[in-house]
Amino acid sequence: MLMRSLFHVAALLALPPLVIGVVNRTKAFFAGRKGPPLLQAYWDLAKLLRKGAVYSRTTSWVFRAGPIIGLAAVASAGLLLSMGGAPSLISFGGDFVLFAYLLGLARFFTALAALDTGSPFEGMGAAREVTFASLAEPALFLCLLVLARATDTISLSGMLGPELPAAWGHAAPALVLAAIGLFVVALAENSRIPVDDPNTHLELTMIHEVMVLDHGGPDFAFILYGASLKLFLFGAILSRLLFGHGGGVLASEALFFAGLLVFAVAVGVVESVMARLRMLRVPQLLVGASVLSAFALVLLLR
Amino acid sequence: MSSFAELVFILVVVIDLFLLASSRLGAAIRTVAIQGALLGALPLLLLEERHSLGHALVLAIGALAIKGLLIPWLMFRAIREASIRREMEPIVGFVPSMVLGGIGVAFAFAFSSRLPLPNGMAHAFLVPTALSTVWAGLLLVVSRKKAVNQVLGFLVLENGVFVFGLLLSDFMPIMVEAGVLLDLFASVFVMGIVMFHINREFSSLDTEKLSALKD
Amino acid sequence: MTIGLVLGAIVLTSASGFAAAALARRPAAAQAACCALLCAGCALGIAAAVAVLGGQAAASARLALKLDGVSAIFLLPISLVSGLGAIYGLRYFPQKALGLAAVRLQIFYGLAVGGMVLLVAASHAIVFLIGWEVMALSNFFLVLTDHDRREVQNAAFLYLISTHVGTLALFAVFALLRQAAGSFDFAAMQGLHAGGLLGARVFALALLGFGLKAGLIPLHFWLPPAHAAAPSHVSALMSGIVVKTGIYGLLRVSGLFDAPPAWWGLALLVAGALSAVLGVAFALAQHDLKRLLAYHTVENIGIIALGAGLALIGRTRGAPALVVLGFAGAALHVINHALFKSLLFLGAGAIQHATGTREIDRLGGLARPMPATAALFVVGAAAISGLPPLNGFVSEWLVVLGFLDALGRPRGDLLAFAAIGAPILALVGGLAAACFAKVVGVVFLGTARSTHAQGAHDPPASMLAPMAVLAAACAAIGLAPAATLPALTRAAAAWSRLDAMALEGPAASAAASALRISLVALALLLVAAAVWLLRRRRLAARPAAAPVDTWGCGFAAPTARMQYTGSSFAEMIVGRFSWAIFQRVTIKRPEGVFPQGAAFHTEVPDSVLDLALVPAARAYGWLTTRARELSLRRIQFQMLLVLATLVAILTWGFVW
Repeated sequence: MLMRSLFHVAALLALPPLVIGVVNRTKAFFAGRKGPPLLQAYWDLAKLLRKGAVYSRTTSWVFRAGPIIGLAAVASAGLLLSMGGAPSLISFGGDFVLFAYLLGLARFFTALAALDTGSPFEGMGAAREVTFASLAEPALFLCLLVLARATDTISLSGMLGPELPAAWGHAAPALVLAAIGLFVVALAENSRIPVDDPNTHLELTMIHEVMVLDHGGPDFAFILYGASLKLFLFGAILSRLLFGHGGGVLASEALFFAGLLVFAVAVGVVESVMARLRMLRVPQLLVGASVLSAFALVLLLR
Repeated sequence: MSSFAELVFILVVVIDLFLLASSRLGAAIRTVAIQGALLGALPLLLLEERHSLGHALVLAIGALAIKGLLIPWLMFRAIREASIRREMEPIVGFVPSMVLGGIGVAFAFAFSSRLPLPNGMAHAFLVPTALSTVWAGLLLVVSRKKAVNQVLGFLVLENGVFVFGLLLSDFMPIMVEAGVLLDLFASVFVMGIVMFHINREFSSLDTEKLSALKD
Repeated sequence: MTIGLVLGAIVLTSASGFAAAALARRPAAAQAACCALLCAGCALGIAAAVAVLGGQAAASARLALKLDGVSAIFLLPISLVSGLGAIYGLRYFPQKALGLAAVRLQIFYGLAVGGMVLLVAASHAIVFLIGWEVMALSNFFLVLTDHDRREVQNAAFLYLISTHVGTLALFAVFALLRQAAGSFDFAAMQGLHAGGLLGARVFALALLGFGLKAGLIPLHFWLPPAHAAAPSHVSALMSGIVVKTGIYGLLRVSGLFDAPPAWWGLALLVAGALSAVLGVAFALAQHDLKRLLAYHTVENIGIIALGAGLALIGRTRGAPALVVLGFAGAALHVINHALFKSLLFLGAGAIQHATGTREIDRLGGLARPMPATAALFVVGAAAISGLPPLNGFVSEWLVVLGFLDALGRPRGDLLAFAAIGAPILALVGGLAAACFAKVVGVVFLGTARSTHAQGAHDPPASMLAPMAVLAAACAAIGLAPAATLPALTRAAAAWSRLDAMALEGPAASAAASALRISLVALALLLVAAAVWLLRRRRLAARPAAAPVDTWGCGFAAPTARMQYTGSSFAEMIVGRFSWAIFQRVTIKRPEGVFPQGAAFHTEVPDSVLDLALVPAARAYGWLTTRARELSLRRIQFQMLLVLATLVAILTWGFVW
């Protein structure tokens, strides 16, 4: 059991940049290009860690603290996540609340760091990010509540643990709707199309990118790594939800990582096939995801 | 069979919620067509020994033909003249419509078991789905500005009534059900003519312009 | 004797202000003496509260005082916050500079605190009402401190009207209870039957009276003007603890009844959800720092009401888990909110003291000249947004645990639908984080937007120390939440009169979970430290680069005025709430090829006050003026009115 948990922690720390690599490779495939190597994100992180940092005159300690707290919060959230059906390192009733609020802590300090630069573009990005995040939070909670009700547990390890495969037997439609909602939330929280375009060069169209525009060197390495960690966390939840099966340890783990791969490819496909939504439509998308998940919950409650 | 019927009911409700959120007329018409086709499949899925297969088949084919094919074709013809493709912000905005629709669905699913209806042997999701669809249709009729969307709302309303009708199919002879479908067809036909005239008069399908007729 | 401590607290705090008046010839000594007396009284209060929460009993029938678990929960923040506020006031509102105003403030401050201690310790309705009125009237005079300004006068008058309407409702409540129980003693009123007309009337009136004091929507309308108009440490007192006495009253009155009906809890849940969501939405639309903080008080009262509603429903259903989780969440949030709201108001006072303005869009870049204030304010902002590892998260988590317990009900139980409260809390948390990102970002970060922000400096130590104590308390509760749970469970048992054994189970599992929260918090701090060390090592290897100006995407002449303002930041969210928030925008657009100037101003009237009550009052005034004119013209009309009233009364008497 301890070995398995340690293995999961190692996977949590080592694999996220690979997920980003798969996403980028999928996008390149759709664009008819060869694309960057799968391990490119690792080389990028190494390069950034070797660089120095330049800071703006207007920034204060908040700007320097932002990336640090952001990464620490997301990494701590990873401690709560159950992977491959095994219980997480730390689990307790209501721990998904801590999970969500740790991600909120990361977002809070990233937004503060953005406002610290005194540039209107960062302020714009921060405003948009906190608006969309506040709409994505209820959707995330509703999806997790569906999981909680379906498995009759209230901790992430219970929701994603051995009861989940059994829950598919009696709550399949609700779980499918919750999975759709969770996928939309994952796209929103990780600033992917159709909510935000990670490849745009126009500051007026950016949300997350423009918030981190002024960071460089090790700070930017922390931010990139934290973003990949966050994508990994959401992918882990969805992978376990959709590909969780009873069966032995080896089968669960193999299916889990295969599901992560499928998630990364799916994100890449969505990014290649869809265009970014107009800013006015993003709240409608998020509220739609919430209403869908609420319907799934109602199906389980009646 | 019961789980397929459950899937159809859930899909119908999801389509209702999607219609409340969508602003593109073409997609909305196609979605209502899909909903009609799904409902066409329902009589066959809810079939039990004591019902006659022929009765169910006629109903299914009639619903599929009229709701799934004929009426959407009429609607597309109606908007072809008007060349609008989108609904701008309706009277009740998209987000409030979705939230209200969601609340209606929640209430329908929570409380429909307490209604004094003779649904002893019908599927548990039948009455809530019917109520949700009726509610969604009413919301669309009341809140949308474009006449086409209001007609779509009326169609959704009729779909809800159709689902309700399945509850009583033990007692409802085929003539009454055929009458419902005929009434639906006639209303859409009439509304198509009305829309044609509105468009000809105002070069737009915005029902707000009708208030210019006052004086 | 613990009750002697309480008595001492009441006497010392009430008398403290008069010491300032007595020694008025030597203002510095007078203020110090007053502060010392008040702090001594507060220390006694804290000691009494801690003793009772530790399990001791404290009651005195002769003095009609009784301190049980519920009272102790409220006594703790009352003592702590008022003592720290008095220390803050030493340099913020010095008697040496402000003379008579400071004397008045200290007198009424002491009386307010004394009144509050009296009312939470009261076990007799009349004693309760005496404490209540002393507190309310003292607050009125405290709001009027700066009475030369028109807006302060209006705010104080509005406050007076609302608090007296509330007190009227409370008179009715206690009259009804006296009628049912035969005595004004709380002990005699215990165990009343809640169904039927008595329970309904008492709860409705209590909701009106205590809701007005607590600031539940739509009874919140007096709160933003009053809290913004008062001096900052008074605002801290009012937002931090005076509004909580409304919650105390609701808990006390609902605790008197044996089996509260379900609609009581449901009403509190609905009122709580509305207050939480609309409170934070209105807060986002404000650009006056203290008004913004006042609206956040409305939001947090909503969260407390959610917990209290859950606890009431738990008592209806006989579900000990719901009772203990809901009550613990509400009670802990009472304490937490007192801590971080006071911290924020004291910080706002420091900002106003240093820059002379409360408008956040005139400030900016204050983190450099005021680093200590900035750091403490950021701690308060993170705490109020419910971010781990601080205390706001713990109380919100407890309330969510309560909702999760409701979710676990068997199929067909409608209580499970109450679980919608959890996503609503998530929405509120997200919006609160957005609002405080806006406040901290616009006030402390970036560059100064006007000359106000220049010449700012950190406040003196006597103003910073109370803030630091509050911030430390926030961090302590956040890092070690399990320590608070035994006391909260004891208070829950005292309030619900459920068997302590029944509450032990869910409380123990919550405590075990709370220990793990501490573990994660520790992990967070360790990882942050590790990352910081890594960054330091990586950057030490390279020569430091000179600071540059922020890249404005190639713009040649960026100015501080081009930064995002508070209203720009909040614009998207306020637009989402256009069904409740009716923003008035005055805009003078830039025109022509070389525009001369442009201006943009947003104003958000309080929907309840400015769009419902004031027009209704004006219409009523018009109506009565017309009626009076009409009636004064002819004597026959007056006779007709008298006759009509007589007929109406007779009909009513006969029909009923």
